[in-house]
Amino acid sequence: MESAEQIRDRLLAQFPGAEISVVTNPGVAAQHSLLLGAAHARAIAEFLRDDANLKLDQCSNVTGIDWPEKEIIETTKSTVPDPAGGPAKVVELKTKRIQPGCLEVVYHLYSIALRHGPVVLRLRTGNRTDQSTVPSLTPVWRACEFQEREVFDLYGVVFEGHPDLRRILMWDAFKDHPMRRDYVEPDDYEWEPTPHGAVLEKAKAHYPAPSVAAVPAAEGAKP
Amino acid sequence: MSVSDLSSLGSPGGSHVRAVHDEFHGDLLEVSMGPHHPSTHGVFRMIVTLDGETIVKLKPVFGYLHRNHEKLGENTSYLGSMPYTDRLDYLSSMTNNWAYALAVEKLAGQPVPERAEYVRVILAELTRLLNHTCLAGFLMQDCGCSGTPLMYAFREREKILDLFESLSGSRMMCNYQRFGGCRVDPSADWLDGAKKLTDGYGAFLDEFETLLTGNEIIMARTQGVGRLSPALAISAGVTGPMLRATGVNYDLRKVDGYGVYPRFDFRVPLGDHGDVYDRYMIRVLEMRESIKILSQALAGIPAGPIMDPKAKLRGFRPKAGEAYGRIEGPKGEIGFFLISDGSPNPYRYRIRPPSFINLTILEDMCLGQTVADAVIILGSVDIVLGEVDR
Repeated sequence: MESAEQIRDRLLAQFPGAEISVVTNPGVAAQHSLLLGAAHARAIAEFLRDDANLKLDQCSNVTGIDWPEKEIIETTKSTVPDPAGGPAKVVELKTKRIQPGCLEVVYHLYSIALRHGPVVLRLRTGNRTDQSTVPSLTPVWRACEFQEREVFDLYGVVFEGHPDLRRILMWDAFKDHPMRRDYVEPDDYEWEPTPHGAVLEKAKAHYPAPSVAAVPAAEGAKP
Repeated sequence: MSVSDLSSLGSPGGSHVRAVHDEFHGDLLEVSMGPHHPSTHGVFRMIVTLDGETIVKLKPVFGYLHRNHEKLGENTSYLGSMPYTDRLDYLSSMTNNWAYALAVEKLAGQPVPERAEYVRVILAELTRLLNHTCLAGFLMQDCGCSGTPLMYAFREREKILDLFESLSGSRMMCNYQRFGGCRVDPSADWLDGAKKLTDGYGAFLDEFETLLTGNEIIMARTQGVGRLSPALAISAGVTGPMLRATGVNYDLRKVDGYGVYPRFDFRVPLGDHGDVYDRYMIRVLEMRESIKILSQALAGIPAGPIMDPKAKLRGFRPKAGEAYGRIEGPKGEIGFFLISDGSPNPYRYRIRPPSFINLTILEDMCLGQTVADAVIILGSVDIVLGEVDR
């Protein structure tokens, strides 16, 4: 099968102006992946599915990854010659840089027809709050339907063009996205609203809590 | 309507036949099946919309057993997640262990000794026998063969579980595979026991098939029900026996050739119609192939170490990187996607659950069928909710 670089070059020839880059995997497995820009993602996915050399007809695995904002400290060393003529000094200059966070969706594609794979696709959102939209690939591979719903549920990635984007594992009234790295479970995690609780609240209006003065004296101590 | 009105509905002849009020004609009825329903194999729920008895819409509802397994995996060490994988598909903990071990071995570049590879194949095929036997039993239970096939299946399952227990200490939660090998070395006695079981399993299958395979009632009940086309199955990521029942020749034991599978001679059974009967048949035929693999593996198992001597379990920190490892589990492709940032815990720990993804096309298979068909179609998909909801 073609390497990730070859696929990228072929895609760039097919889709001039598309944002495609290879993300290298430093590990032993060396499964490199293709990072796609949102604009051409669906057209590229269709191309990968239908291309005669690749025929990536099966989308095996879809998953989300959360990359929170990260503070990176870069150290640059420079040598400053000593004006007195001694040995040159090494000066370290530390600069702080904030790497913006994003949510990433990873697709593992295989070809059943040609029995090869995987080709790994990645899509990234603009940030983790208000720009969390990526195009849905469910129209290309049906296998993404439930898995994209799961990524939406647990990570909060909004898939544009998904036919039925709802929560899937958590309940509908749930607010947060529990797979995010900075998720904190609420203190009242086990608490659930029950109809019984609402009735008790209403009842309070009719039977105000007895004040200390109104408490009857102990039995036996008659006035 | 008051009681006095009822008399007007009586026929002039004085019989008690009442006129039929056809007010509901054309209306759709929404039925919530589950989560506590004997046919849903756990806590699974379907919201079924019916026109008469025909299904016009079916929406599955998940999450009743959700415990955010993946978050647990990210908060535990690599080895610490191994026992949790048992709880995914609790019928086939051995293959779950193997899939996870394989993904970690890919991530860390960890070799596995030959004897351990053979033991893994033996255990995976025993798991396949166990899972498919149970599935056939449950499917027949769903069809209405109350009791007998399931009890026969459970009798055989118990023998395999005895083997698992004597090897790993636990019937179902085996926690047996390790990165770079297996936890304990099977004794010669254990291998003899496995051989005895393998030799006797064909006779059980013959008995089971005599009861079921050619049974006219079962054929009438399951043939042509819940058809799935190969094109839709591929697009929807369906894997395992479900995919092969539609006629697509794709078995990871052949395609990826992981472990020592290329050394064994076995065939991949394929279906023709992709209906419930084919899915039952594929499982029976796969069991026969598993028996072939088992007898070859038990005859050829070499002596040697069971763990790679350089394997590290405690304080294990793979280099930064990512890996996706997958194997052919009894239910389909079970895969683990791991990202390491060099720390003792995985940065990302993702499970590719076969039974969850195989449910994507449940609605497509059920449309136009009856409620009773939905029960056996769900039964033929082979789900375990521990894996679906994670």
